[in-house]
Amino acid sequence: MTVRASRTRLEGWGRYPNVDGVELRSEDLGEITREATLSRGLARSYGDSSLPAGPDALVANTTLADRFLAFDPETGVLRAEAGVSLGEINRVFLRRNWFVPVTPGTQYVTLGGMVASDVHGKNHHVDGCFGEHVRSLRLRLADGSIVDCSEEDAPELFRATIGGMGLTGHVLEVEFRMARIPSAWIFGESERIANLDAMIEGLKRAAESWPMTVGWIDCLAGGRRLGRGILMKGRWATADEAPAKPPRPKRRLSVPFDFPGWVISRWSIRAFNWLYYRKHVPRVKRGLVHPESFFYPLDAINDWNRIYGKQGFFQYQCVLPHADDNGPARRFLDRFLRQGGVSFLSVIKDCGREGKGILSFPRPGISIALDVPIRAGRLAVSPSGEKSRLSGELRAQALVDRLNELVLAEGGRIYLTKDAFTRPEHFRAMEPRLEAFGEIRARWDPEKKLASAQSVRLLGDRP
Amino acid sequence: MKVAILGATKGMGRALARRMAERGDGLFLLGRSAEDLRRSARDLEIRGAAGPVETAVCDLLRPETFAPALDRATEALDGLETVVVTAGMFATQEELEGDSRLAAEVLSADFTGTVLFCEEARGRLLAAGGGTLCVFSSVAGERGRKPVVLYGAAKAGLSQYLEGLDHRHRAAGLKTVCVKPGFVKTGMTAGLKPSPFAGEPDQVARRVLKAIDRGWPEVYAPGIWRWVMAVIRLLPRAVMRRVGF
Repeated sequence: MTVRASRTRLEGWGRYPNVDGVELRSEDLGEITREATLSRGLARSYGDSSLPAGPDALVANTTLADRFLAFDPETGVLRAEAGVSLGEINRVFLRRNWFVPVTPGTQYVTLGGMVASDVHGKNHHVDGCFGEHVRSLRLRLADGSIVDCSEEDAPELFRATIGGMGLTGHVLEVEFRMARIPSAWIFGESERIANLDAMIEGLKRAAESWPMTVGWIDCLAGGRRLGRGILMKGRWATADEAPAKPPRPKRRLSVPFDFPGWVISRWSIRAFNWLYYRKHVPRVKRGLVHPESFFYPLDAINDWNRIYGKQGFFQYQCVLPHADDNGPARRFLDRFLRQGGVSFLSVIKDCGREGKGILSFPRPGISIALDVPIRAGRLAVSPSGEKSRLSGELRAQALVDRLNELVLAEGGRIYLTKDAFTRPEHFRAMEPRLEAFGEIRARWDPEKKLASAQSVRLLGDRP
Repeated sequence: MKVAILGATKGMGRALARRMAERGDGLFLLGRSAEDLRRSARDLEIRGAAGPVETAVCDLLRPETFAPALDRATEALDGLETVVVTAGMFATQEELEGDSRLAAEVLSADFTGTVLFCEEARGRLLAAGGGTLCVFSSVAGERGRKPVVLYGAAKAGLSQYLEGLDHRHRAAGLKTVCVKPGFVKTGMTAGLKPSPFAGEPDQVARRVLKAIDRGWPEVYAPGIWRWVMAVIRLLPRAVMRRVGF
């Protein structure tokens, strides 16, 4: 039977931008990727990565292609269709003491999306990105052919697809190695940290003995308190420590409607961050943690992006090189505050080595992610001294421009999966790797049939 | 439970087969594409189905495939306890009005093909001393309605047949479960505007599994559709003629 195309409003997790697009949805990924110019899974990328290049471009929604195809309990190698969600993998495999080698901060992502974004997680300093653990990919290329690629076959296509934002081919199947875990529970430790130096020092020290680390920061605290927050560390609990029963899936709350714009304001964000920091008593807490609470705290609330209202929000994530005096991270947070930035949730993590994906985000350094509501208002620092009110969009653009200028000067880079506002000239200057990526893309898709709204914005693709 | 399923590769059938696999039922898959069946079989094995999941090609538009496929299922499972039919064809009223060949296929798959398949399954289950025959009809068969004139007619006939079958053979141990799904978000309905009370395949699967276990002769899924249809059945013709659903 033919697949019906439907014209719908498409948006990423940040709900900005949103566009009209034509989506195809079917169990038969082979069928719907034939004409489509982009694949889209659970749409958890924040900006325009999963949005079509133009109003008539077809998007293949992969979420119905969700079968496991092979699993070897000896080696842990799992092969599955690209639309299977991480949540489903966890539901089936966690209780058998297998876990994905790398997980992002939500389980509402598909395998194909994990490859396209080359996701990283709390264990990046030990295990690298998800792509490090991928053995083979089956792709539908722009010319319609289907190929398998790996480190042995078409390695440059393989490496360009990992972290390639879906621009090299539609991911149809993914084969990767799962990790054996001693139990399905986490043993965690969390610690309140007074400032940025202590946070970065804490992350470095924790990295030596903990396989998973991440820091939350109260990014409204400035001055001496800049970078204060909570450092979280974890490892899988041993079979002796863990309860006999595997963890039960957590109950979830839902946000039933779009909150009005005033709910997320400078004051509510300040109150939330202050409380979150203050309620962490005693200073150090230890104990068994449910894996969902540890890896996916925000998944506890379905559709939490609705609390930002219809105007939406964006996430800004960059990685800045290490420095002995932690100068880059300090200057970055400082600029964010001075520009009047407010972030509901801010996450800091020290990244390990660069992965195999040609355009993958992580590199050694300090990664910072900020969730910023899109709201109209004045600029805190206006280059022309102008004091007029700007739309939410222009205000966000101005903030991102100022942050990108600093990231560029510090030698850092941004994460495409989160991005909605970066200018092409900034991106090109941050990414000397872009040329190599472009060459591989040109070899496999000379007409640039595969494209996204993001590649139109940043790489100059045709809309 | 030893189950043969026609239509487990997609949609509600996929979700139902997964629930059965996860509780360790033995499964045998019937469907049109050998390759697609193999992929679903591996999926169900990984999820915990008892023993290897074998498959046979069976097409509602080709009644000659029914008997050999069910024989293979009986052999592979070493006896048959439950037969499930989730397969069927769907097209919108507009699509069917514009294409008489498609209309012939939908009518023939959803009524004649399904009924003949059930007849084959009925004989085998009764010979084994009984069992359960669970077949997916639709709420579209409850009332003549503008958007589902042709599809609804086939499903109405099917529901009628299933009710009769249940009355006739329940005493002999053959339980017939007629499933009436409302709008469910599957590949079959992708691209259509979801109706109010639209459900997810897994929601349907959970309820259908309960109906099979308890031998309910009729089940609406998701459950809310029982009440929705109770109202729609009561609407006078004059009202049905005016409304769009």
